[in-house]
Amino acid sequence: MTKPVVIVGASMGGLRSAEALRRFGYTGPITVIGDEPWAPYNRPPLSKEVLAGDVVSHETVAFPQRAATADVGWVLGRRVVSTDLEHNTVTTDDGEVFEYSNLIVATGLRPKRQVYPNNIHAGRHIIRTIDDAMALRAELKPGVRVVVLGAGFIGCETAATARKLGCEVTVVAPGTVPMLRPLGEELATELQRRQEAEGVRFLLKRSVADLVGESRIEGVTLDDGTELACDVFIEAIGSHPNTEWLEGSDIDITDGLLCNANLRALKTSGEAWSNVWGVGDVVRFPNSIFDEIPRRVEHWNIPSECAKYVGSAIATGEAGEVFRPIPSFWSDQFDVHILAFGLLALADRNKLVEGAIDGDCVFEYYRGDKLVGAAGIGLRSVVQGYRKVFEG
Amino acid sequence: MIKINVDMTKCQHYGMCVFEAPNVFKLNTDDKLEYTATAEDSERANVEAAVDVCPMQAIFIVD
Ligand SMILES: Cc1cc2nc3c(=O)[nH]c(=O)nc-3n(C[C@H](O)[C@H](O)[C@H](O)COP(=O)(O)OP(=O)(O)OC[C@H]3O[C@@H](n4cnc5c(N)ncnc54)[C@H](O)[C@@H]3O)c2cc1C
Ligand code: SF4
Repeated sequence: MTKPVVIVGASMGGLRSAEALRRFGYTGPITVIGDEPWAPYNRPPLSKEVLAGDVVSHETVAFPQRAATADVGWVLGRRVVSTDLEHNTVTTDDGEVFEYSNLIVATGLRPKRQVYPNNIHAGRHIIRTIDDAMALRAELKPGVRVVVLGAGFIGCETAATARKLGCEVTVVAPGTVPMLRPLGEELATELQRRQEAEGVRFLLKRSVADLVGESRIEGVTLDDGTELACDVFIEAIGSHPNTEWLEGSDIDITDGLLCNANLRALKTSGEAWSNVWGVGDVVRFPNSIFDEIPRRVEHWNIPSECAKYVGSAIATGEAGEVFRPIPSFWSDQFDVHILAFGLLALADRNKLVEGAIDGDCVFEYYRGDKLVGAAGIGLRSVVQGYRKVFEG
Repeated sequence: MIKINVDMTKCQHYGMCVFEAPNVFKLNTDDKLEYTATAEDSERANVEAAVDVCPMQAIFIVD
């Protein structure tokens, strides 16, 4: 019997990989192993419209299943705990060994957690899975006092949603402006202004030193000693790649799965594994649109782009041209809808090129003289136009 | 023929679908999404690709 392609991680990256294998003509067996009990679902609404709704259910975020992948073997609710890359096997937490012809690593990220002296848990939340969103939604009632730690996209979106639900929301973050790194000073400051106009409070250049409460959270103590009462505490301080199951193998997992420009995983010597591939948030890869430095890119279009590339490479046996996807992301906070292309965080300057900062607008982002990204509020056709620039 | 439905309460007019299936989706001069409610079977792969890239997961193929 032919050994299956084994995909570890049953989220968007895993699903899109299985679909791409079939689309590019691979007819052999496919097994997808995932530790969540759910069939693949879409994460972005979990901090936005789905969290804002009355009930969070898997149904509302599940990806549609296609006929072409009906024969894929789904092994859900089981975690891969180890691998033997020399002998082409992975082992799950119940001891079952799965042989593979090709291994696709699509295990994504998990939120970083803080450990406090008073490390209580009740009333404390993160947001990555549907279970996280269900638990959080149950607590977000009008008048509830919420502290969000972290002012990245997920923190700011969750803050906006909690505010819409009638909560009193304070965002605590060490930076000077929320979302500074991805958006740059001007756009980030404007977003902060729009959030504040909706009633979200920001305590910047601050962090949380400890939690207050005995059986359940009653507040947080900030690093300047002030105490802030709250009923719910949300940690949104970034993510950590799920690669522990690859430890012990000859593979580079410093800050994500290091892959070459063909998305093949690399040994510590720098040589590529011929049958181990990376897909999605977990991967650190170079993108020659920008430079040769491998980076993790936590944007929603990346799992699908990786999956297309890897699915085609495995199905056709040909690597094709190097992987150079155009990163894109969006964010919805109150009635502000941002769309961006490129890697804005690489920029050392940006400039307003259309519209006005307090209305619809478009910014270009530059590193030196090189355009590395564009972002806009509204003005979709203009922002979409940048895709062509990066396609080159 | 395939039937296409976009949930306009979800759509944020991001225009990602336009790149995948330009015969079916377009942004009009006000940057709002317009689409044809039906398409030839030959468009199915493109429309499926549009379904996949829609950030709001607002596009549905009605079989
Ligand atoms: C709340 C939230 C909002 C977001 N909003 C946006 C947005 O507005 N715009 C945007 O561009 N992006 C957004 N993103 C990012 C986007 O959702 C991710 O880029 C995408 O989910 C990555 O998919 P993935 O398949 O690579 O990884 P993941 O979705 O992380 O999936 C990895 C899967 O593998 C499983 N797994 C891990 N280890 C193992 C193991 N050892 N064995 C078996 N299974 C394992 C995990 O449980 C998980 O199910 C958001 C993410 C979150 C969480
Ligand atoms: S991709 Fe989705 S959200 Fe964007 S315009 Fe098309 S249907 Fe609307």
